[in-house]
Parts: sequence; structure tokens; C-alpha cells
Amino acid sequence: MKLYSKRAHELHELLVSKQVSAVELVNDVAARLEDVEPKVLAFVSQRIEDAKAEAARVDDKIASGETIGPLEGIPMAIKDNMCTEGIPTTCSSKMLHNFVPPYSATVVRKLNEAGAIMLGKVNMDEFAMGSSCENSWQEGTRNPWRLERVPGGSSGGSAASVAAGQAIFSLGSDTGGSIRQPAAFCGVVGLKPTYGSVSRYGLIAFASSLDQIGPFSRDVRDCAQVMNVIAGHDPLDSTSAPIDRPDYTSFLNKSIKGWRIGVPKEYFGEGIDAEVEEVLRKAMKTLESLGAELVECSLPHTEYALPCYYIIAPAEASSNLARYDGVRYGFRTEDAEDLISMFSKTRSEGFGEEVKRRIMLGTYALSSGYYDAYYLKALKVRTLIKQDFDRAFEKFDVLLSPTTPTVAFTCGDRLENPLQMYQSDICTLSVNLAGIPAISINAGFADGLPIGLQFMGKPFEEGRLLQISHAFEEATGCHSQMAPLKGGCEG
Amino acid sequence: MRDFDFEIVMGLEVHAELHTKSKIFCGCTTEFGGEQNTHVCPVCLGLPGVLPVLNEKVADYAMKAGLALNCKIASFSKFDRKNYFYPDLPKAYQISQFDLPIASGGYIDIEIEGKKKRIGITRVHMEEDAGKLVHGGGSLAYAGYSLADYNRTGVPLIEIVSEPDIRSIEEAIAYLDLLKAILEYTEVSDCKMEQGSLRCDANVSLRPWGQKELGTKTELKNMNSFKALQKALEYEIERQAEVLREGGKIIQETRMWDENKGETISLRSKEEAHDYRYFPDPDLPPIIISEEWVERIRQTLPELPQARQIRLVESYGLPSYDASVITGSKAMADYFDQACSAYGIALPAGQSTDDKGKERAKQISNYMMGELSRRLNASDQGYQDSPITPENLVELLTLIEGGTISGKIAKTVFDEMFESGKKPKQIVEEKGLVQISDEGAIAAVVSEVVAKNPQVVADFKAGKDKAVGFFVGQVMKATRGKANPGLVNKLLMEELKKQ
Ligand SMILES: [Zn+2]
Repeated sequence: MKLYSKRAHELHELLVSKQVSAVELVNDVAARLEDVEPKVLAFVSQRIEDAKAEAARVDDKIASGETIGPLEGIPMAIKDNMCTEGIPTTCSSKMLHNFVPPYSATVVRKLNEAGAIMLGKVNMDEFAMGSSCENSWQEGTRNPWRLERVPGGSSGGSAASVAAGQAIFSLGSDTGGSIRQPAAFCGVVGLKPTYGSVSRYGLIAFASSLDQIGPFSRDVRDCAQVMNVIAGHDPLDSTSAPIDRPDYTSFLNKSIKGWRIGVPKEYFGEGIDAEVEEVLRKAMKTLESLGAELVECSLPHTEYALPCYYIIAPAEASSNLARYDGVRYGFRTEDAEDLISMFSKTRSEGFGEEVKRRIMLGTYALSSGYYDAYYLKALKVRTLIKQDFDRAFEKFDVLLSPTTPTVAFTCGDRLENPLQMYQSDICTLSVNLAGIPAISINAGFADGLPIGLQFMGKPFEEGRLLQISHAFEEATGCHSQMAPLKGGCEG
Repeated sequence: MRDFDFEIVMGLEVHAELHTKSKIFCGCTTEFGGEQNTHVCPVCLGLPGVLPVLNEKVADYAMKAGLALNCKIASFSKFDRKNYFYPDLPKAYQISQFDLPIASGGYIDIEIEGKKKRIGITRVHMEEDAGKLVHGGGSLAYAGYSLADYNRTGVPLIEIVSEPDIRSIEEAIAYLDLLKAILEYTEVSDCKMEQGSLRCDANVSLRPWGQKELGTKTELKNMNSFKALQKALEYEIERQAEVLREGGKIIQETRMWDENKGETISLRSKEEAHDYRYFPDPDLPPIIISEEWVERIRQTLPELPQARQIRLVESYGLPSYDASVITGSKAMADYFDQACSAYGIALPAGQSTDDKGKERAKQISNYMMGELSRRLNASDQGYQDSPITPENLVELLTLIEGGTISGKIAKTVFDEMFESGKKPKQIVEEKGLVQISDEGAIAAVVSEVVAKNPQVVADFKAGKDKAVGFFVGQVMKATRGKANPGLVNKLLMEELKKQ
């Protein structure tokens, strides 16, 4: 039985009905992980033996007649920027190659308590800065749909591991599209929750006002199940919203008849590949056939999202990443003559090119004399972008757009050109600046490569995003294919 | 100060550690001491992934200090990051407040030579303390290694910035003195300079008399006691004056007071000054302060030093010098009030006691300002841990007042009380120190002494005053100091007249 190709809710039924044991399940997914890992390169570290021991405990629980939760015994992968007590957490950076946190992130703790079983930590762009998973201290992860392509980033390992059957679901983080863009490239479901929905405690910060943790899964129901575990107020995170989380599965199997869907014109046209637009137009027809009304609308400040993002995110990052100075943990240079040279050599040797580029950008933007012209101005633009969405949501239930302007690009293609790399997040950045939730689901394929459809919603209305995504998924069945692991990558 | 060639212009920046139980953004204890790196957790160590959560008590305390300093409390305040690299700062930024401090626009009135002078308070803001480095080799520059202790990291601080209203070293000392007393009275800080819970920086500039514009200032750091502040200011003012007298220019810079060398040393010039790249901390939501919150804190304000000083003068008739010394420390003022209660002369504010009560209050004050303070200082103790309780001091005063012991014997009893903590009555009984007030007994000793010393009697008759003192001394010696001095004098004069 190919257990690794099933969804969490299907596996849960098999566990409860005792057709499959948790140990069998972990063994099956672990075997698949090992089998395809040389091609996919999704994992930074693995813990298969510990996972098997945890599975045995779940089996004991089932044998003794106790009820188990929906994620209990389900194998998962965690992006390597979420702290896991006693397990290395590297951010795919030389800087933290030896860092073992003495505590776990709130999301990790919650998933542990829910009985989910972590098989390992997965690859990412260093400190979540990148859109291809190539900016990793390790070798870059590959796209399971075609191995010479990138899986997207920064949560490339999270998306690829789920698409390749190396984990049933995973967690990633999204600062400017880092969940949705790889989800689109790898043909899986990826949700970026509202800022404040999921605790950031234990997520190694890139840009604190934009970062948000969210799930990757192979269907919408699994996404809802994971949200049920990880969402909710956390007293350890002052920016976590003090609101009651709904049962996200209660939004599934509901009609979207009569919904008004806004289609912002700025997300179509120039810069969007024809094949992407074609698949999107088809998806819109499907939604109309489900009873929704699609209306063109405008988010006029969209063009400023990219420059605005590339001031705010690097500014925060320059401060967040300052603590990696070689004094207390992580990498320290071998040959320092004095304190200042220890700081600067540690940082120039420990960080990769893209991280250093963003630290420089951010430091500049916050410098005295430039603060008002850059950072303060960017904050004002951010408010305008937020107001665009507020106005649109007065008229629409959700907004629809492509998740990415193109399908997954080829490894190495954009590494030399950062600006071109930044363009791949053009459809996802505004959502982080506005703090709203958005989901990417598979809308179809072009030449065997997945194309993502993005729904954006009002703050704390993840439920409605799941509702429309589920309706679309049921109508199209796009989600039911496994990635073929074809091709090879020279890059 | 007109005899000095320049007008001195100074402002002080005072950091006070807040006396909360736990740190500002985590649950670790703020207790001083403790083995290195034991009062720490992932949050105050700034480990990757952690987030700060504001301890609301810190805002309470900062607000209380702000109100006691007559500040306006902001209705909207926020935290900012101050970015710089140093090994004692684990996040490489300090969470502080930049443009929207919790309190601003206040003042305190100091007293200089009996005259009031108002010193403006620009602002009071909250921030976290950094850790402590111990250099293996004296200073950082020459150290082979340095050790970092993060126990103090994240202990809450307030920084109190004064206006450049201070015009002399006396004013600077008086300002810091009063500020310290206010922080102690409000119990927001224990203000122990020697433990670093109160630290003071000074901005110093000079200008010719009559000039409107301020001169170029230097910022002085590292003054760890009142004495250091005094010496550093004296040095720096003279240094600047010398430069100006010779037609030179003051360089805007930060200078460090070197206690051993007794001079200020340039640390960094304005050009080398850090660009702290302040920006709002995205991990902490702004603090919205309601009027109700401010009122709730206002209700907790105690009687402040100056109000207390006025009360001691008005209720007990204390000389204002005594009142200002006693109210200079909360513990000392509390001691005085407890002693008044024990002596049965305590009064609510606004009432004043009779002459007898005033006499008693003065007796308490005399003992406190004299012997008790001297002994406490000598043994490095404060009034809060005085071995002589206020009740025991009053018991001693009652024994003197009732004539049970003489003032002279009282000194012996006092010493014994301080050493052993025993009650005075017990000491008097154990040592048989009760005063002899029996006229017959004293008269017998007096006539014996006079009879033994005819030469001194002759001196007395020749008008030598010293003779009386000699006889009193002899009588006291014979009675081991227990004779009632009033009676001795009276009987002695009678006896001498008979000669
Ligand atoms: Zn702590």
C-alpha cells in the first residue's frame, strides 16, 4: 500500500480502523523519504528512529482503546527555521550549522501534543531569504515535478517533501510568499494565515512584522486540520491575536453560491505568462459554474508592493540577524584579532550572499538621514496597500489571482539576477504587507508543471479561503496527482 | 559661581533599575547577585526565535516614577530597537523607547542654600538592561579573553533625562540626591549605586556669562557614586575652562571618568558616535495608556520627600535642616515616624504637637542625626536594618527623660544596644546603671571628695572655674557615672560654700 501518497484524514481512518498501524505508516513514509531523497534533497536533518519510537506509542494508545486526534501518528516535516528542542535548527545557514535550541517553537509543541510525528527538518533559502531554495548552505532542493526545476522558496523543502510523499504535511513560513510560491511550484496546498493567527514564538525571525507560519498539505481538508492544531492565541507572542480560533473543518463541503470574487486587474497582464493566465481563466470558469460571481477590480498600489517590501523586510532583517555575532552560539570565525574583527569576520564568513545583500539594504534604509526617505515612506505605502484591500473587501468575499507569474523556473536561472528572482514573488508580497490571509492551491498544469491559484481573504477569515478552495478542489480533482519525480538537475 | 569665568550648563541622564520581581520581557528573576548566567532563559539570552512579552508591572513602575516627577503620562507609547553590537547585548539591539517615551515634561524642585530651584525633567523612558562583561586582563582592549554574565540582561530600567537646567556641582548633587530619594520613596528602585542599580551620566558645557547659545558639550559616563560624580564634574569643568581660556575649542565627545587616574578620558568623538538606527520594535504592540490606568497608579503614590519634610517641620517643630536630612532617605524618615509613634507624639499631617512633643521629637532627631547615623554608616548599614529599633530608641529616651539614667550613662547603654540589639531596660538592670538620685548618698560622696582635696578648694576660692569641673569628675568617678548630674552640681556648690 502506498501510504505515503495518502492524505492525513485518509490515514487517520486507516489508523482508527486498525487497518494500518502508526509504525507501518512511519515505516512506509520513511522508506519513501529515503528512496527519493537523493533526487529531491528536501531534508536538512532526519530523525527516523525517534519517529518510529513515537509511532509505537501511538499504536499502544490505539491498542488500549484510547481515541486519537486527527493528526496523531501522521508523519510531518518542519521547516528548519522553527526551533525544535534538542534537534538542530539551522535556517539552512552556516551561521547556525551547529545550533541546537533548548526550547521548541509553539507550533512544534502544539503539533507534538497533537501526536503528529516529525520525520525531520526541511531545507529552505538561508534565513528564509529567497524564492528558489537555492540560497541554502546545503544543496538546493529540487522540484519533484521536474527535477531540474526549483521547488520555489523559501519553504522549498516543505513544499517538495509533501509533493514527493516524504511527509504527509509540513510547516513553512511566509514573509513575502515563501509558503504560497513553493506550494504553487510544487502543486500542493499552502496557506499563509492572517498575521497574528499562528504564534511566531520559536520561528527564527526574518522580518517580524511580515513572518507567519502556515501549513503545506496535499488537500484542503488536511490544511484545515493542521490549522486547527497550530492556530490560536499564544501568550508568548505579543503580536498573536487574542481571538478564538474556529473549527476550520466546519467550512468544508459548503457551497460558494452567490459569492462575489474580486479579480484585481493588476495581477494579470504584463509579466504574467500566457500559460498561467490560461489556466487561471479556466479556473475562474469553474468557480462561476459553482455559482460565484467574478468581477474585475483594482488594487491601485500593487506596483509599489515590491519596493515597499524590499525596504521593510530587509530593515527588520538587519536588526533580527544582528544577534549572530559569534559570541554565544553558532558559527564563529577561526581567526579574529580582536572583538570587532571577530564580529565582522564571523558575519562575513557565516552568512551567504543574499543574506548579506539584504542586511546591507536594511542597514542603509534605517541609517540616520535615510530613515524618513526610505523606511518611514515604506510604512506609509504599506498603509495605502492595506487600504486597497480594505476597500476591495467591502465589495468582495475573496480576491483571486495567480500565485506566481510563471511556472517553476530552472535551477540556476535566476541566481545571478536578484531583481529577476524578486519578481517571482510579485503576486504574493502585498498580502504580507497587508497582514491578510491567502492560500495557494493547484489550478492545473502547463507542460506537466503545476500552476497555483491564490485566494486572498479578510483578516482572520482563513475559513472562507478553505471553503472556496475546497469547493474548487472537489470540482476539479487537481489535487489527486502525485509528483512524478522526472528529469534531472545539472545545476 | 560668579567668581568663575564661565557659566556652567549641565544636564543629567540617570538610569535606575526598577524593583520589579521579574525582568522586563521574560519571567526571570531580577535579583542581584546569583551565580553567573543562572537568572536567564531563551528570551533574555536573545536566542534565535524568541519574542519579548512586556511585564506590565514595568509600565506601572515607570508611570509611578513619571508621576512622582510631575511628568505628563503618554496615552500612546511604544518600544523601539536601539541597534549596536556589543558582547553584553545578546540580541545586538536594546529594546528602548525613542520618540514616544512613557512620561515627559516634568520637574523637581531642589533646595540650594535655602532657596528653591526648579530642574526640568525632559523625559522618562523604559528600556532593558544589558549584561556584564568581566575582562581577563583589566580592560577590554588588553584582555586575553572576556567572560559574559547575562543575569542582568533584561532587568527593567528607566532613564530619566533632565533639562540642561543645572548650573553648579552642588545643584547636580542636590538633583541626584532628591531624584534618588523620590525613586526610593515610590519604591520603584532600590537605588543602590554600588550595585549599579542607579547610574548617572552627565552632559557638561561652559559658556561665557551672558551668552545665550549653549557651549559645546561633552557627555560624561561611568560615575558610580556621588563622590565620583562630584570629582568627575570638578575635573571636566576645569578641563573645559582651561581649553576655553587658552582660546581652544571643546570637542563634542563622550568621555569616561577614570576613577583610578582621577580624570576623564575621551571615549569617542561625535563623528565616531554610533548610528543606533532606531525603529519601532515589530515584536511589541504599542502601549495604550488609559486615564483610568494613570489614576490607578496615581493612587499608589506615597507622601514624597518634600511633603514629608514640610510635615516634620510643621507637626514636630523640627529645624528644617534636621527635617531635610531625615527625609533624605525613606528608611530614615520611616524610622523617625515609627519612633514618634512609639513616643506617643505621632500626629496626622496638618496638626502640630505641643512643646513637650516637640522636645521629644528633637531628642529623637538628635540621636538619629548624631550617634545612630554615625554607627550605621561606620558599619555600612541602613536604617531599615538598624540593630536599634525605633521602639528601643524611644525606650532609651524615656529612661533619660524619667531620670532613671543620665545622659552620660545613656551613651554606654546606646553602644551596648547597638552591639547586642538588647532592650535598654534590660541593659540598665543587668549592669546596675540606674542613676543615683538619693541626696544623702550623693552628699556623702561630695563631702568626702571636697575633704580630700584642700588645694583645689583653695583654687576655687581664688576664682579658678576649673576646680568645679574637677570635683564633678571625682564624684562621677566615685559613683561610676551614675550620680544624677543636676544633684551633684547643686550639692557640690552647697558644700563649697560651707568651706
Ligand atoms: Zn529570561
